[in-house]
Amino acid sequence: MKIATGSDLATGDVVWWDGEGWSRHIEAAVDVGDAGTGLIAREEAALRVNVPYVIDAEPSPDGPRPAHIKDRIRARGPTVGDDLGIKPASAGAGSWVI
Amino acid sequence: MYKYDSYDQTIVDTRVEEFREQVERRLSGELSEDQFKPLRLMNGLYLQLHAYMLRVAIPYGTLDARQMRMLAHVARTYDKGYGHFTTRQNIQFNWIELKDTPDILAELATVEMHAIQTSGNCIRNISSDQFAGAAADEVTDPRPWAELLRQWSTFHPEFSYLPRKFKICVIAADEDRAAMRLHDIGIQLTRNEAGDVGAAVYVGGGMGRTPMIAPLIKDFVPIDDLLSYVEACLRVYNRYGRRDNIYKARIKILIHEIGADSYRQQVEDEWAHVKTLGLDPPRAEFERIAGFFAPPAYDSAAPDTIDRSDPDFALWVDQNVKPHKQPGYAIATISLKPVGGIPGDATAAQIDLMADLAERYSFDELRVTHAQNIVLPYVRKADLHALWQALDGAGLATANLDLISDIIACPGLDYCSLANARSIPLAQKIANRFASMERQRDLGELKLKISGCINACGHHHAGHIGILGVDKRGAENYQLLLGGSGAEDASLGNITGPGFDEDGIVDAIERTVETYRAVRTDGERFLDTYRRVGIAPFKEAIYG
Ligand code: HEM
Ligand code: SF4
Repeated sequence: MKIATGSDLATGDVVWWDGEGWSRHIEAAVDVGDAGTGLIAREEAALRVNVPYVIDAEPSPDGPRPAHIKDRIRARGPTVGDDLGIKPASAGAGSWVI
Repeated sequence: MYKYDSYDQTIVDTRVEEFREQVERRLSGELSEDQFKPLRLMNGLYLQLHAYMLRVAIPYGTLDARQMRMLAHVARTYDKGYGHFTTRQNIQFNWIELKDTPDILAELATVEMHAIQTSGNCIRNISSDQFAGAAADEVTDPRPWAELLRQWSTFHPEFSYLPRKFKICVIAADEDRAAMRLHDIGIQLTRNEAGDVGAAVYVGGGMGRTPMIAPLIKDFVPIDDLLSYVEACLRVYNRYGRRDNIYKARIKILIHEIGADSYRQQVEDEWAHVKTLGLDPPRAEFERIAGFFAPPAYDSAAPDTIDRSDPDFALWVDQNVKPHKQPGYAIATISLKPVGGIPGDATAAQIDLMADLAERYSFDELRVTHAQNIVLPYVRKADLHALWQALDGAGLATANLDLISDIIACPGLDYCSLANARSIPLAQKIANRFASMERQRDLGELKLKISGCINACGHHHAGHIGILGVDKRGAENYQLLLGGSGAEDASLGNITGPGFDEDGIVDAIERTVETYRAVRTDGERFLDTYRRVGIAPFKEAIYG
C-alpha cells in the first residue's frame, strides 16, 4: 500500500493522511493508491501539511508498517525514549521498528 | 565572561523580530517552505524526523549560570524537558514547535544567546579548549581571541554565503582538547623565542565524507595581525572554493586540490593587501575584550590538597578532575555519559543543578566540551567533595572521562533526517557491555565516537575506535574504524573491513579491546598499541 506523510506546519509533529485529514497516529493512515501526488500537492498548498511525501507500507494488524526504517522511527518516535514518541510504549514497539 | 554591548544586543534583538515576522508569514502561507527554509536555517531551526530542532550557539562553549538556567527553561517550557549538548559545543532542542520559536529566541536574547550562524554556509560558532583560562598548560587564554573572531564573523557580509559551512577553533596549549586540526581553520596560540604571542594557523581540516587533518599553513602570525590573516584565508577560499558540487565545496577540498603551498602563497598575497585595510583592531580594543576574561577573584589561601579518604570520590577525582593553573583550584568535568544514558543529553533539572553548582563553586562559569560533557573550570580543591556529592545525587558523577563509556554519539536515526543508522542505542549497548568501571579503568584512555552517517557529526574518523552507521539494503549496518585521534597526535581511523549489525559491532569492539589487552606493553594506551602493532592483529581477532 501507499500512504502519505509529512509534518504539521506549526508544530512539526509527524502526521499521516487518514482519508479526511492528517492524523498523528499511523494506525489511521489509509492507502492513497495512485492519488498521493495530487493529494499532497493540494494539502501542502492549503497549509494543512508541511513537506509531505508518499511512501510504501505493508498492512499489518497494528496498522500500516512503513517500508523504510526512517519512517518507522518517525511513526514510533525515537527508539531511545519510550516516553517521547507518539506511538504508545509497548514491549513490541522496538521490534516493530527493526 | 564577555558581556554584550548595546551593538551586540541590538543585532540579536533585531534579528528576533525579523524572524518573528518571517514565521508569521510562513504560518499564514505567504511564504512557501522552499522560501522559508533558508530563513529558518539562518536562525538555527531545522526540520528533523519528529519535530523542528533548534540549535543554540554557545560561543566557544562558555556560559554562565543565568544562561544555563535559560537553557533549562527552554527545555522545560518548549521542549520535552531535556537538551542535547553537541560536539560543536552547542545545544540542540529536539522537540521545538515553529510557532514558539520567535518567543524562544526572544527569551534567549535576554541572556545574550541566539541561534544565528548555527546553520548555513557561513562561519559557525567558534570552538575552543574547554579548559581555556584555567588549564595549567596554556600559553595564554584563547577566549579573548575566540571572542574577537566571534564578533568579526558575526554577520560578516563577505562571508555570509561561502561555498560551504566554515568552522574555526582556537586553542592555546600543546595538548589539543578541541580537535583543532579537524576544523576548517585551527588556530593554536603559541609564543615565539622572543616571548611574543602569535598563532600557528592550520587550514583545511574537517570530517564529513572526505576527512582531512589540516596542514600547517603559517607557523607564526603575530597576534595583532590574526584577524587580517584569517580574513585572507577566507577570501582565498571564497574566491576559489567550488560551488558546483556540495561534496567538494569545503575548504579542505580546495587545499587538497591546489596544494598547501599554493594556497599558502595566495593567502600571503591576499594578506599583504588586507593588512593595508586597517581590519586588525587596535590593541586597546583587544584589551577591552580581554578585560572580560580577567581571572576570577581566586582565594590565594585556598588549600592545595584534596582529602581523598572517600574512595569513590577519589576515583572521580582521578578520572574527571584536571590540574589548574591556580594553586588550590582544579578543573572538574561533569560527565553526561552515565552508563546506559544518552550521550550529551541533560534534563532541565540537571541543567539547573549544574547552573547552581557553577554559581556556588566555579565563579559562575561553565563550559561545554566537544566530547559532550560539561566543565566547571574554577573549583576550589577544598570544594570538590561537596561538588561531587551534589553531582552524585543527580546522576552526574560518572567517573568515566576519556574512558570507553565516555562515548561521543550524534543523534543518529533516532532524530536526524540525514541518518542511515541509529547511534544512541549503540552507544548504550557498548556502555552496558563495558559497564564495569574496573574494566574501563583497566582499558584506560579509549575514545569511542559514533556517527549515524557519513557526515561525521559524531567525529567517528577521530575516534580511537570509530563507528560509522551505513545503510545496507535498508537495514542498519555499522563499520568499525580504528586508530583515529582528534588530539595533538591527530590521525584518521582506518576501516577494519566489512560492517556489522548492532550486536555484531559490540562483539567486534570487545574483540578489539581484548586484543589490545593481550598485546599492550606497560603504560601503552589503546591508540599507542594500535600505532605500534598496526591493524592486522585486530583484523585477525575480529574477522578471524
Ligand atoms: C540533527 C541535525 C544535523 C544535521 C542536519 C547535520 C548535518 C551535517 C552535515 C551535512 C555535515 C557534513 C558537512 C560536510 O561534510 O561538509 C555535518 C558535519 C558535522 N556536524 Fe552535523 N548535523 C546535525 C547534527 C549535528 C550534531 C548533533 C552535532 C554534534 C554532536 C553536529 C556536529 C557536526 C560536526 C562536528 C561535523 C563534522 C565537522 C565538519 O564539518 O567537518 N552536527 N553535519
Ligand atoms: S552524522 Fe549523520 S546521522 Fe549523525 S547527526 Fe550528523 S547528519 Fe545526522
